[in-house]
Amino acid sequence: MSSLTSLDTPAVQPELAASNTRLAVRRFLRNRLAVVGLGVVVFFVLFCFVGPLLYSTDQTHTLLQQVNESPSGAHWLGTDAVGHDELGRLMYGGKVSLIVGLSAGVLATVIGTLWGAAAGYAGGWIDAVMMRVVDAGIAIPALFILLVVSAITTPDLSGLVLILGLISWLVPSRLVRAETLTLKNRDFVLTLRATGGGHARAITRHILPNSVSTVIVAATFQIADAILLVAYVSYLGLGVQPPSTDWGGMLSSGMTAAYSGYWWLIVPPGLAIILVVWAFNAIGDGLRDAFDVRGRA
Amino acid sequence: MSAVRPPAAPAPDGGHILDLDDLGVVFTTETGTVRAVRGVSLHVAPGETLALVGESGSGKSTVALAAMGLLAGNARATGRAVVDGTDIVGADEEQLSGLRGKTVSMVFQEPATALDPLTRVGRQIAEVIRNHRRVSAADAAARAVELLRRVGIPEPEQRARAYPFQLSGGQRQRVVIAMAIANEPALLIADEPTTALDVTVQAEILDLLRRLAAETGTGVLLVTHNMGVVADFADRVAVMYQGAVVETGSVEDVLLRPSHDYTKRLLSAVPRLSVSEAAGGGDTAEPAGAGSVGAGSVGAGSAEEPAVELTDVSVVFGRGKQAVHALRGVSFAVRPGETLGLVGESGSGKSTASRVALGLVAPTAGSVTLFGADLARTRARARRALRAGVGVVLQDPVASLDPRMTVGECVAEPLRVHRRTLSGRERESLVGDVLDRVRLPREVARRAPRELSGGQRQRVSLARALVLGPRLLVADEPTSALDVSVQEAVLEVIGELQEELGFACLFVSHDLAVVQQFARRVVVMRAGRAEEQGLTSATLLHPETDYTRRLLAAVPVPDPIVQRGRRAERLATLAAGRTEEQG
Repeated sequence: MSSLTSLDTPAVQPELAASNTRLAVRRFLRNRLAVVGLGVVVFFVLFCFVGPLLYSTDQTHTLLQQVNESPSGAHWLGTDAVGHDELGRLMYGGKVSLIVGLSAGVLATVIGTLWGAAAGYAGGWIDAVMMRVVDAGIAIPALFILLVVSAITTPDLSGLVLILGLISWLVPSRLVRAETLTLKNRDFVLTLRATGGGHARAITRHILPNSVSTVIVAATFQIADAILLVAYVSYLGLGVQPPSTDWGGMLSSGMTAAYSGYWWLIVPPGLAIILVVWAFNAIGDGLRDAFDVRGRA
Repeated sequence: MSAVRPPAAPAPDGGHILDLDDLGVVFTTETGTVRAVRGVSLHVAPGETLALVGESGSGKSTVALAAMGLLAGNARATGRAVVDGTDIVGADEEQLSGLRGKTVSMVFQEPATALDPLTRVGRQIAEVIRNHRRVSAADAAARAVELLRRVGIPEPEQRARAYPFQLSGGQRQRVVIAMAIANEPALLIADEPTTALDVTVQAEILDLLRRLAAETGTGVLLVTHNMGVVADFADRVAVMYQGAVVETGSVEDVLLRPSHDYTKRLLSAVPRLSVSEAAGGGDTAEPAGAGSVGAGSVGAGSAEEPAVELTDVSVVFGRGKQAVHALRGVSFAVRPGETLGLVGESGSGKSTASRVALGLVAPTAGSVTLFGADLARTRARARRALRAGVGVVLQDPVASLDPRMTVGECVAEPLRVHRRTLSGRERESLVGDVLDRVRLPREVARRAPRELSGGQRQRVSLARALVLGPRLLVADEPTSALDVSVQEAVLEVIGELQEELGFACLFVSHDLAVVQQFARRVVVMRAGRAEEQGLTSATLLHPETDYTRRLLAAVPVPDPIVQRGRRAERLATLAAGRTEEQG
C-alpha cells in the first residue's frame, strides 16, 4: 500500500464519516448548471400543477370570439386558433408532458434495470441472448416503432406511457448490466455465495442497492428523452389527442399559423420543451458528479 | 557493455544530491486540509541509498513525489527540496522538466501502469533519451538496446520490439528501471519498486538496483514499507510516522538498535522468517535429494475427518488453445483445529485452490469434500446448509464489505441467510457478541464500513465469518493489504479465536514469514501444482525441493547483517546453478 490513495486513510476518516450525503449534496450544488436545471424543473412543476389555481382559464370550450389574439392584459400569452388562453394551455399541456415524460422515464428505467441485472448476474448464454435482444432493439429506430404503434392504436395517456417505456429501456439495461458484471464479482458478493447465501439475496441486497446511483442518473436522462419523444409524436399528430394536448401538440397546431406571425403560439411551448429537456439533462450531469462512488468506496 | 560512469561530481549542497530542509506538504481536500508531511529534513549523498520507511499514510510517498515536483494539484509544498542545486519547491515547470528524467528519475510501484501499453518498449526508452539529448533516432534506439542488456533482459535486440504486455511483471519493472537510468541520473527515486512483484523477482530487481547504483554512483531514495527490502538494499534509513521523520540512522543502527518507540513497535510487528541454522552457516552442500526425511507424512497421521479435502483437483479455465490450467492434480486436507498455509507466488494457483475449497469454482477433475460430503454429489439445498459451517475472509478490506450496508448488517448477513427465525433483538445480541470477540466496540455496528480503517474492516469481515460459529475458516491473504502492526493484531485475533472455537483454517498467503508464524502445516504451490507439503516447521526450515529453497532464499529478512549473508549465499547458489547449466 502506498501512493496517494493511502494518504486520506487515517487523517480524513472522521470527517468523511457522518457526511457522505452532505458531501454528495455539496458536489451537486457545485455544478452550477445542475442547480439551474433543478430550479427550472421545480419552476415548471409549480407552473403546471399550481399555476392553474392562480391563473384559471377555460380550456374546454371553443371560444370563437377570441381567436388568435395577441398577448394582452387579459390573455398574457394571447389565445390560440380555438380561443383557448395560451398561458393556461401551456400549463395544461405541460401537465401532460411532465406526467407522461416522468412515468415513461421511470418505467423504462425499471424495466431496463431488471433486465440488465438479470442478464449480468446470470451470465453465460442467458446473458448473451438477453443482450442480443437489446442490441436488436437498439438497431430499430425508437421513433419509427413509436410512430407505427401510435398510428395503429391511437393510444390514450397510459397507453402512450407504456409504449414509450417499452421502447426506451434498452440503454439503461446495458448500463445496469455492466454495473452488475463488476458487482457480482466483488468480494462481498463472493463471500455471501461462499457461505451459502442465495442468488435472490445477492441481487436484491447487494447488486441493486449498489447500482442505485447509476440507475438514478440513467432515469434522469430517460425522463428528458421521454419528454422529447412525446413532443415528437404529438407534433406529428399521433400522440395526445384533442381536446387534451401537450407541448408537442401545441407546437404542432401553432405551426399552422406560423406564416401569420402568431409567434406566441410557437415560441412558448418550444421554449418550454427545450428548457425542461435541458434541465433534466443538467440534473443528470450533476447527479453523476454527486454520486460518482468510484475512487471513494 | 556500456562504460561505467565515474561517481557523480559532488553536488554544490555539501556534496548531497538531494537535500530536504523542513519540507512540508498540505493537501486541500473536500473535507478540509490534511498535513501529510511536516518538517522533513533529509539528505542523500551520491552513491548512497536512503530508505524512507513507514506505514501507509505516513507521508513517505508524498515526500518522494515532492522531491520530483510531482505533487498533485491540490497539494502545496513548503520548505526546501534541493536536487542537485535546484530548489524543487517553487521551481517552474520548465526547470522541473529539465531536471526530471535527466538529473532525477523515478521508478514506480506498478510496472504495468508505468509503461505505455501501445508503444514498443525500445521506443519508450529511446524517447526518454531524446527528451534530453540531441541524438539521432538510430543512436537512441541502439542505446535503448544497450540499456535493456544492462538491466538484464535476455535478447535485448528482440525484446526492444516487444510491447509491455508481452513481458512478465519483473521484465516490465526492468524496462521501467532502464528508462529511469537512461540519462544516467544522479538521483533515483524508487517508490515501492518491488511491492507488486513476487519475492524471487523482487530479489532480482533489488540486485539490479544495487549493482546499478554501485556502478554509476547514483544516489537512491528508496520508499518502502518492507523492512526486509530495507535491510537488503539501504545504507541509511529514515523512519516516518504521521508525516514526520522520527528516526534516522545507518541501516544497522535503525533495524538492530532502534531508539524511537515507534520504530521499536514497528520492527517488533514485522513477522520474521526463521531460517535454518545449517543453511545460514553456508552449508549449501546439504544433499538435495533428501527425500528420505519424509516430512510430508507427518501431518497425515490425524484420524479426524478433515473439514475440507481436495483430492487430485484440476481446474481448467477456458478451452482449446486458450485454456489455462490453474490447478493440476492438487490434493490437500485441512483438519479441525489446525491451520493449513497455502503459499506460492502469483499465478501459482493458491487463490484458485481456496475458491475450489469454498465451492466457488467447480473442479474440472477431482473431488472436493466439505465436512465429509462430496460437493459435486450434494443437492443445492444440502450444499447451502453445509456452507453455513464455512467462514470467509478475503484480501481487500474495501471490497469485502458492502458499502451500502452498516457494519451490523454486514455481520448479521450470515444469520439472515441461515437462521431466519431469529428475532431482530437476538440477531443484534449475537452480532454484539461476535464484535466483542474480534475486539471491536459494539457501537461500530451502526457505522458504515468506510468509516473504519483497513484493519478494523478486516476484523468486521472476520466477525461476519465467525458469527455462525463455523467449522472452517478460509482466509485468502487476509492481512496482505494491511500495515504490519495492524497485521499482527488481526493475526492475533484469528489465532486466539481458533484456539477457543477450534475451527479449521485454510490460510492463503504469499508471505512466507506470516505462514511460518501462523500455520501448522503448509502447502507450497507452484504453477498449479502442490510442489511440496508438510509440517511448517519442517518444510520451511529444511525444504525438500529446489523451488521452495529458492523461494525461501529470496525472502529478505529485516536484519541487515543476516540478510547480507543470505544474499551472498543466494547469489553463490545461483552462480553455481548457472555454471552447472553451461557445463
